Amino acid sequence: MITEAGHFSLISAFILSAVQMSLPLYGAHKGELRYMELARTTAIAQFSLVLISFAALINAFVTSDFSVLNVVLNSHSDKPLLYRISGAWGNHEGSLLLWVLILTLFGAMVAIFGRNLPPQLRARTLAIQGMIAFGFIAFMLFTSNPFERVLVPPENGQGLNPLLQDPGLAFHPPFLYFGYVGLSISFSFAVAALIEGKVDAAWARWVRPWTLAAWCGLSIGIGLGSWWAYYELGWGGFWFWDPVENASFIPWLFATALLHSAIVVEKRDALKSWTILLAILAFSMSLLGTFLVRSGVLTSVHAFATDPERGVFILLLLIITIGGSLTLYTIRAPNLQPGGLFRPISREGGLLLNNLFLSVAALTVLLGTLYPLFLDVMDAGKVSVGPPYFNATFGPLMMPVLGAMVVGPLLSWKRGELLSVISALWFVGLAALGATAITLIYSGIEGILPAIGVGAAVWIIIGSLMELAYRAKLFRSSPHDTWRRLMQTPRSVYGMTIAHLGVGVLLAGIIGTTAFKTESVQNMNIGDSVSVSNYTFTLDRVEALKGPNYIAERAVFIIKEGANLIASINAERRRYPVERDMTTEAGIHSTWRGDLYAVIGEGNRATGWTTRLYKNPLTPWIWFGTIIMAIGGMVSLTDRRLRIGAPAKRKGFSSSAPRAVAGAK
Amino acid sequence: MRSRKRQRLWLVSLVFVLLGGAVALVLNAFEENIVFFRSPKDIAAGNTEVGRLIRIGGLVEDGSLKRTAGSSEVNFNITDGAATITVTYKGILPDLFREGQGIVAQGRLQSDGSFRAVEVLAKHDETYMPPEVAEALKKSGYWQDKDQKPVLKGNEK
Repeated sequence: MITEAGHFSLISAFILSAVQMSLPLYGAHKGELRYMELARTTAIAQFSLVLISFAALINAFVTSDFSVLNVVLNSHSDKPLLYRISGAWGNHEGSLLLWVLILTLFGAMVAIFGRNLPPQLRARTLAIQGMIAFGFIAFMLFTSNPFERVLVPPENGQGLNPLLQDPGLAFHPPFLYFGYVGLSISFSFAVAALIEGKVDAAWARWVRPWTLAAWCGLSIGIGLGSWWAYYELGWGGFWFWDPVENASFIPWLFATALLHSAIVVEKRDALKSWTILLAILAFSMSLLGTFLVRSGVLTSVHAFATDPERGVFILLLLIITIGGSLTLYTIRAPNLQPGGLFRPISREGGLLLNNLFLSVAALTVLLGTLYPLFLDVMDAGKVSVGPPYFNATFGPLMMPVLGAMVVGPLLSWKRGELLSVISALWFVGLAALGATAITLIYSGIEGILPAIGVGAAVWIIIGSLMELAYRAKLFRSSPHDTWRRLMQTPRSVYGMTIAHLGVGVLLAGIIGTTAFKTESVQNMNIGDSVSVSNYTFTLDRVEALKGPNYIAERAVFIIKEGANLIASINAERRRYPVERDMTTEAGIHSTWRGDLYAVIGEGNRATGWTTRLYKNPLTPWIWFGTIIMAIGGMVSLTDRRLRIGAPAKRKGFSSSAPRAVAGAK
Repeated sequence: MRSRKRQRLWLVSLVFVLLGGAVALVLNAFEENIVFFRSPKDIAAGNTEVGRLIRIGGLVEDGSLKRTAGSSEVNFNITDGAATITVTYKGILPDLFREGQGIVAQGRLQSDGSFRAVEVLAKHDETYMPPEVAEALKKSGYWQDKDQKPVLKGNEK
């Protein structure tokens, strides 16, 4: 009964979305407030209906209702409660429902919090949002219905893929989707602005918080996925440039660019049509990501057998959304009012540089991801494009961005002075050069690239803090004055500093893990010791173990540094009888200096076990860096200006008055 | 107005320089880093470069998996029905690696005709067949359509 209620709710939401995408648009065109206001009501109602629908699906999973096909295929009554719940979105149909839930949640939030939006813009934005919901609910109802029943319910389900039975991955999809789908709001705002033909500072101020929220979600989602891959796949790495990873990374790059270009629109009324284009591209890449993962055109660790019919449907959605919005863009964008002028050396110049490099880097990732598919379609042979390609293209393109990240915030708007920036940053540059030199001495000349990476990390971490110190006139003014300045600094500036700091920490972690790791693969029997860098791993014992829905073989490693006991870690191989599947659980000992990591392979007492042991320096910095970045985004979100909404623009204050180096942000 | 045009010109040329640089990077990286897929039959035909990183795929031949006692090195044969190639690998085989299963291995062809893998990929689903392998098997006439159809199973992410 509850399942039918969920199904019925979803159909009702579908019908409502048809209303939401049409009447408000008509109302906005004719100037009829009655029709325009319909957008808010339908958006809120639609969210409530999808929420009911989602709750019904969760209920089916929690109560293990095996008359529902989706539950049969993806759940089992032995599973722990957390994975029964996360199983609801650990599959194609359920994850789509989650997608639509978040889509309508964002729509409802615009309806509720967007009180000070002009009614026309709000109606149009919500109508576009309705169109996306219409397309996706149709996709679900016609090809991937999560509420489908089975005539003869089996006694138990087939279980969830054991790889997904993991806390990191239970929460990975909700965050990732929050990011993916959150970008739909920026998209809808952009399309609405194109229809109106008006983009101004106020528009940018409305779009920014949504983009920022989506960006935070996307960052955490990608981070969780990477963390999961690190400890669950047992390959000792955190990022494989796998097409499915790229599918989430490309929208992140565009969202990052959008975040920065929206600042220029808000402060300087420039880069308008570029910002609109980025908003369209960011969401288009989210859709493309959904298509790549869901259609089965990609085979990767993540994408399993899928249905071609669904692929065609998503491809159609993709063509309509991307094609339609880009067509609208080419027609309307040239009519947008041109923005203000600025010098190359200025805050705008720095942000523009950041934008160009981020977008080009995103395009090279896109190219490397799509190229094998393209060759395959042309029947020109099967190839794969792996990490070396991405390292060789993405890496160099990021260097200018990392450099500009520190210089840009110190430049003033419109016309900056490089000289004053150099005087503020010379010793940061010196510290970065010093770090590079020390790394070179330590690692030798072939380590030139990692050494530059270390220098860049130092540059960003110290440079971001320097920017704040410079703004507060630390040591150049009285402590009282510095304190007052710090208190007056808007939260968005703190957000920027924290986020940039996070990038530096993340970069340090990436360099440490990729360039300075020590790896050792060998056969070990009980009592054997292997040294990895300055640590000794001893295989102490291997024991059998029974989990809630798996049986495992657990290897206990004792790690010593010289004579000192460092840790004892457990590496497991789990066998899931229901799913007839195996998973690896790496044993990890983490400290701020890095991880000691062990994986055990197949083997027995007679032949010994194959083991893989790693020393991964600074790996935890990757996760902390990601968290710090997301915190930066959230701090920025609490900025009064964004929270209260759009204050009337104060003439001659934010736009044209030339300010001191750090400028008002 | 003139300075607006100048700014645009300046911007457009910057974009072109940047795109040009990116294209150069991409082409260079493509040449060195693209990994081609070869079936055992292709390799038997003898025009595969020795020492270049490639991917091969096929079914793991029954009874061919050998472990060397006291070492982490394993040997196994993969076949597409038309030809067989011996693969050596040092490390942990994927959780779902077993005989009779379709796998993909990345590595280098040796001058003695064997293949030294640096990475072995098997998918986490025992009825799953890598599409490259499926195609290679179809080409060599080894493919049975029955019970090879991928099962309806959920996706990750």
